[in-house]
Amino acid sequence: MSNRSQTGWLASRFPIAASFRRQYLDFAMPRNLNYLWNFGAFLTIALVFLVVSGIFLAINYTPTITSAFSSVEKIDRAIASGWFIRSLHIGGVSMLFAALYIHIARSLYYGSYKAPRELVWITGLCLLILVMLAAFAGYILPWGQMSFWGATVVINALKALPLVGTPLSNWLLGDSSLGDVALHRFFILHFVTAFAIIGIVTLHVATLHVVGPNNPAGIEPRRPEATLPFHPYYTTKDGLGLCLFLMIYAGLIFFLPDILTLASNYVEANPLVTPRDIMPEWYFSPFYAILRAVPSKLGGLLLASGSVLLLFFTPWLDRSPIRSARHRPRMRWALRGAFLAFILLGLAGSRPLTEGWLWISRAATIYWYAYFLLVLPLLPRIENPNAMSSIQDTHCL
Amino acid sequence: MQEPENPPISVGKDTTGDRIIDDDIDTKRRDVLTKLTFGAGCAGVCALAYPFLDSLNGTRASAFDESDVVDVDISMLRPGQQKVVQWRNWPVFVQRRTPEALASLQAPGADRDLRDPASRVLQQPRDATNWHRSVVPEIGVYIGICTHLGCVPNYNAPSATDLAGGYVCPCHGSHFDIAGRAFSDAPAPYNLPVPPVTMLSANTLRIGLSKGDPTFDINDIQQI
Repeated sequence: MSNRSQTGWLASRFPIAASFRRQYLDFAMPRNLNYLWNFGAFLTIALVFLVVSGIFLAINYTPTITSAFSSVEKIDRAIASGWFIRSLHIGGVSMLFAALYIHIARSLYYGSYKAPRELVWITGLCLLILVMLAAFAGYILPWGQMSFWGATVVINALKALPLVGTPLSNWLLGDSSLGDVALHRFFILHFVTAFAIIGIVTLHVATLHVVGPNNPAGIEPRRPEATLPFHPYYTTKDGLGLCLFLMIYAGLIFFLPDILTLASNYVEANPLVTPRDIMPEWYFSPFYAILRAVPSKLGGLLLASGSVLLLFFTPWLDRSPIRSARHRPRMRWALRGAFLAFILLGLAGSRPLTEGWLWISRAATIYWYAYFLLVLPLLPRIENPNAMSSIQDTHCL
Repeated sequence: MQEPENPPISVGKDTTGDRIIDDDIDTKRRDVLTKLTFGAGCAGVCALAYPFLDSLNGTRASAFDESDVVDVDISMLRPGQQKVVQWRNWPVFVQRRTPEALASLQAPGADRDLRDPASRVLQQPRDATNWHRSVVPEIGVYIGICTHLGCVPNYNAPSATDLAGGYVCPCHGSHFDIAGRAFSDAPAPYNLPVPPVTMLSANTLRIGLSKGDPTFDINDIQQI
């Protein structure tokens, strides 16, 4: 079998079968991966669903302010199976973001961002930013009340940036206010970003395949016995996980569609009336909470975007030679605190602003920054230096 | 492939990079499971493909338009003239025939060159299955879509050389007589479709409804 594929007519000109086998079937994986390593596969499937359903939605969508809302209504009511394709798309966004956040949290916990995987981490963060951009642009397209005012708020926030703010918002709007020109641009942006994401995913996987996957122990497998071929071992494991993932996905779109969209987005955009509460989608609410927690227009914008940009420096901020939090008891607690801060910010951002939630958001924002800027660089100084040598002695990997 | 002397039980790679296969493993049950899984996966993909392809069918215009009928006033139409009205986004030719045109339809031997002179193929409601292919002989109503490849045929009004007139498709030379019947020396396989028509008065007709054949559905005809 292998001999034939290496000497065939096609293989000698374009050895795709052999390289596919090497990279995806025989690829050596650590044998101790847990189920948190399934989320890459989940993300791939969610992305495929989003791209396919997005293309079929674009077939029936009209990016003009007079027809956008009604074309979406028509997709839901008149196009055969249109309701299903749109639910698949809306549900896919939530599934993608949920999987993305867990995927990133996994990497923070097990130190997957550390040498030699900095590029895997950075391409992954680029994906996070692109997905956020796509989600924001896509959210505007149905031209509902929340879409319109969400976009208005974000574009006005951009204006606070010194020097680039005004030109940037002008480039997005292309007009004196949010109208036909801007809607068309957001449609193109949304569509193009999807394909940019596919491109960066390729890079992300390529960089991963150069250095190999990390594992829960955070120690590189040294002997062949410590690895398993990707197929059938991890294809099976990913397949089982995918069944669960798809069950939750299906449950969400068939039984709980209301929790995915806010009712106010089923009211056509009205530039004369702002809804009583502007509510972000759940996956943006932590950043929205940071934006609101800071009593300064520019400061809020910088801290909210900085909370993501900070992650790019994690590989160099973390000074510890030990990779996995499994072997760092204090870092484990500090990191759980950071996860808690993120969740609290998410809760705060999805509620009307009250004094209590305001102070919770402020405390959580401070902790989020403190974890990356203080805990990660300084904690290794007070950690037990014996810890690392004992790990290396006792582990078979 | 060179087999090692004592094949290790663990699955991994030997030095040549080929997978080691332990001959003692009975793979039958595993093969069944693999095939079942593969089959279930294919079924799932097909099931998921269905709504996507289904959505490409789009919507039927008739499901949304309030009215599917068009009333046409032909009081200004003189014999030999035709007007074109739109019904369901199709061009519909409404013609008032000259006595010469009516005579040409009944002339002996006129049937010879036609593909379907007796309108046997379902291209019209039952009340138009007659020698003049219309509800009343003086008024002809045809959907102006050539049955070859869907172009709109040109109307040749009656002239000194051609007393009856007729239709010629500019694309591939299909031609039809004044009653929309296809000539057999040209590519169009069927006569021009006749929409359901009711004469409301001598000078008003309603397209979209047939009094003589109320169950007629234009979607059931052979070709449009």
